[in-house]
Amino acid sequence: MSRTTGTIIGVTGNMITVKFDGVVGQNEVAFAKLGDVGLMSEVVRVRGTRADLQVFEDTAGLGVGDRVEFSGNLLSVELGPGLLAQVFDGLQNPLPRLAEMCGFFLRRGARLPALPRDRRWDFTPEVKVGDSVVAGDPLGSVPEGIFTHRVMVPFGLTGAFKVAQIAPAGAYTADLEIARLLDAQGVERSVAMVQRWPVRFPIRLYAERLRPTEPLVTKVRIIDTFFPVARGGAYCIPGPFGAGKTVLQQITSRHADVDIVVIAACGERAGEIVETLREFPRLIDPRTGRSLMERTVIICNTSAMPVAAREASVYTAVTIAEYYRQMSLNVLLLADSTSRWAQALRETSGRLEEIPGEEAFPAYLDSVIANFYERGGGVRLKNGATGSVTIGGTISPAGGNFDEPVTQATLKVVGAFHGLSRARSDARRYPAIDPLDSWSKYAGVVSRDEVETARRTLRAGNEVGQMMKVVGEEGTSMDDFVTYLKAEYLDDSYLQQDAYDKVDGASTAERQRHMFGVIGAILRAPTHFPDKTAARRFFHQLTQTTKEWNRAAMDDPEFKTLQERIENMVTEATAHA
Amino acid sequence: MRRLYHRVDRIAGNVINVRAGDVKYRELAEVSSRAGTSRAQVIRLNNDEVSLQVFAGASGVTTDAQIRFLGHAMRVPFSDALLGRVFTGGATPRDKGPALSENLIEIGGPPVNPAKRIIPDKMVRTGIPMIDVFNSLVESQKLPIFARAGEPYNPLLARIALQAEVDVIILGGMGLKHDDYLFFRDNLEENGAISRTVMFIHTAADPIVECLLVPDISLAVAEQFALQNKRVLVLLTDMTNFSNAMKEIAITMEQVPSNRGYPGDLYSQLAVRYEKAVDFDTSGSITILAATTMPGDDVTHPVPDNTGYITEGQFYLREGRIEPFGSLSRLKQQVNGKTREDHRAIMNTLIQLYAGHNESVEKRSMGFRASEWDNKLLRYGERFEKEMMDLSVNIPLEQALDLGWEILADCFEPMETGIPTRLIEKFWPAKKETPISSVSNGR
Ligand SMILES: Nc1ncnc2c1ncn2[C@@H]1O[C@H](COP(=O)(O)OP(=O)(O)OP(=O)(O)O)[C@@H](O)[C@H]1O
Ligand SMILES: [Mg+2]
Repeated sequence: MSRTTGTIIGVTGNMITVKFDGVVGQNEVAFAKLGDVGLMSEVVRVRGTRADLQVFEDTAGLGVGDRVEFSGNLLSVELGPGLLAQVFDGLQNPLPRLAEMCGFFLRRGARLPALPRDRRWDFTPEVKVGDSVVAGDPLGSVPEGIFTHRVMVPFGLTGAFKVAQIAPAGAYTADLEIARLLDAQGVERSVAMVQRWPVRFPIRLYAERLRPTEPLVTKVRIIDTFFPVARGGAYCIPGPFGAGKTVLQQITSRHADVDIVVIAACGERAGEIVETLREFPRLIDPRTGRSLMERTVIICNTSAMPVAAREASVYTAVTIAEYYRQMSLNVLLLADSTSRWAQALRETSGRLEEIPGEEAFPAYLDSVIANFYERGGGVRLKNGATGSVTIGGTISPAGGNFDEPVTQATLKVVGAFHGLSRARSDARRYPAIDPLDSWSKYAGVVSRDEVETARRTLRAGNEVGQMMKVVGEEGTSMDDFVTYLKAEYLDDSYLQQDAYDKVDGASTAERQRHMFGVIGAILRAPTHFPDKTAARRFFHQLTQTTKEWNRAAMDDPEFKTLQERIENMVTEATAHA
Repeated sequence: MRRLYHRVDRIAGNVINVRAGDVKYRELAEVSSRAGTSRAQVIRLNNDEVSLQVFAGASGVTTDAQIRFLGHAMRVPFSDALLGRVFTGGATPRDKGPALSENLIEIGGPPVNPAKRIIPDKMVRTGIPMIDVFNSLVESQKLPIFARAGEPYNPLLARIALQAEVDVIILGGMGLKHDDYLFFRDNLEENGAISRTVMFIHTAADPIVECLLVPDISLAVAEQFALQNKRVLVLLTDMTNFSNAMKEIAITMEQVPSNRGYPGDLYSQLAVRYEKAVDFDTSGSITILAATTMPGDDVTHPVPDNTGYITEGQFYLREGRIEPFGSLSRLKQQVNGKTREDHRAIMNTLIQLYAGHNESVEKRSMGFRASEWDNKLLRYGERFEKEMMDLSVNIPLEQALDLGWEILADCFEPMETGIPTRLIEKFWPAKKETPISSVSNGR
């Protein structure tokens, strides 16, 4: 694409219409000139010699006749060492460095390179002059925190290349040339550690896609045991406001058993990301013994930041996730909230005066959502190694009602659904995932049969509970009453989890299997009680003890003692029979 | 820069169209016609066709109106001279004081860089137990009061403003009843708070477009004070009126509505305002308390619903009381661990027992037999409602915690409360006979 220029002929909200001369591409980046700064924009529609552009900044002050410069490039991000531990806005500007430059407020038109240019990386070459390489092949590596960061042939290069030059081992900045590659026509290309990739295109440099079969352990019991997530899978968390979507993702971002977590804070509160930002550097990741920040990338386009950049931010995030997958790492992308992204689409669509679909969302909402989640997945790379991108998105449905376009479109493409319920969050039953409505198609940490038995207890207990509201405890049979108490016990002591307790907050797969074995046996035990008061007291005590057990580390002698106490209690209750 | 135009092509709702060149998006203009002179703001540019939203409303604007573009966006004067003053939604004096024109600042400025925010940790004391004990308000929090029209949310806002130890109070009134405006003014005056207050008041009788400006103006001024290291409390009442004004304009502009007539960007529009709440690293802070009336008492209505997705919790005001269950301060845990060691225990216990009370009430109403425990809970609930929940109760946090212990001791045995022994030993009031020998009177 050539460098085209144009002039503004219309402005409404964050949308400008530009009359241009020359060639313009869909999704090409352009800059609308406002004094001496350029406001970054993206072409979203072309009609004749007019293009509609969404502007990633506030448009106040733009006028008809103002100049627009097209860049010839698609909206892209920088990929290379130094992404980890960073905090970017939706367009990959590093926010802490922007703050050093601009102070308290974000400044229109201010942009900085995503990767620091002053930092040197210890490069070790892995190819020799004369080797044949294609896009995605390794050229060498640099240590990036706890990982070996693979420096790869830029993904955008097509065809086969011969290595003409490769830098010797040494320390280089990300933008220095580390190799020269020769194509079949004899044209030489300079390659640095940093490369650019257009965010709206998936990185597809793998041999095959894999079925998501291996559980991704989140250490949240109700998820791993009942509604598991798989590595390379996709799941969603819809829920009304305040039900605990963000807290659940925060917990997952800390404990999930993956290499890298990409957090996309998309159109939500700035305050929430500040917590992560300030706390992660101080929290130690038990897997690595290093700060959690070292495995985290934050893309943060909060609700007060420009709406168009919010729309772009989820693509920035998923592109970075795909990049690390190319290094055969397991990456988890957490997006909060995908509804805000969908709303950004709706705003743009509205300004383009497209024919609206349900709730004024564009008719293409479903396919956009499907394409996004499709970018997740486990893959076998060309070198035989595997990597994965798992995507978890929260949804903020209007009125907390799941029967709305974003939830419905998402449910069609994800493999697990963690529906948060207002009733459960009001009753402070956290995490407020509804155990009756939620589902997962993935395999979890315990066998499906055992889980099915437990779910039957939950359903039966729930039915008795409903009945009891009408007929009272007096009108309920002893068997039903015990079923009800068993369901409550399972809920209180296993489904609910104290996120803020050191031990209970993160339950390993091993621990879940162990605990679930014990609790499953209790659910099956033929307990007998003289009366309902005795039954209630028994389960009350059992719950208290199990909660204590939840707080004891597995290697703590207390863990064994408590388990024995629990099992003795149950034996006694069955002995009455 | 003076650019005059004389021809209005189209008048619809509060929006007029003129043909003009060299106009900037969001620029301000003055529209003069027989109806008088009003400011207006550019809301759309399409070739030489300029759409202007007229602050005073387009009613009476004639096709030969004179339009003068001012070369800048909406601004407000900022200085300490604002304190004690009352302005309209258009930032012109509503009181008898002089018009201010110095140090003009633009409204609707850029967002704070999230990297420059800090985790808030200072409690705002209100003297209201339902807030201080159960849902502590935190400096820089954004919190709405959800209420049906007719609930005393304005007196509640005024009271919090008076009791909170803040440097500056900014009151943004939207569609305020004139009586309510006078109530705020007199109330702040009587309590000697008017000299640290700035009011931007749009009343129900004023032009609707001015309603739209109130949050931006209030928050722009708040931001300036906060940057001068002041702790600022902004009261916005009623944000539902603000949202309705947006709906009205959106419909005039023929935007496709998303939900019950509200524009698709309602969430973003509200969020941009609420997100102005901030605790600046090394400077002051902005706390936002808003009133959001719930049409039809329905929290799933788009305005309260979108608000709940933005704010850091909410207070439900129902039948003159802050409802203890739906209400939530999402930031409370940042502060309530540092007040008094019994704070969290009292908070949890009183609420759990009150939930038990509600179940007992339900049981009673269903005609089921009340147990001894039910009777204890019923007795407890009555006292809790009268001595804690009633909005007339006005006591400092520590006194409220002591009161909590007293009510517990009058109604229950220590064992029945589930409070850890360590705290029982230290705080359980001695006047009743209890099985614990080492009971002292607390402190
Ligand atoms: N697992 C949990 N343990 C304890 N408290 C929780 C938990 N989850 C949520 N909460 C409580 O609920 C509040 C709201 O949770 P959260 O911010 O996650 O809600 P949300 O669903 O993301 O809401 P919104 O849609 O408004 O962003 C928290 O501030 C906290 O007080
Ligand atoms: Mg959230």
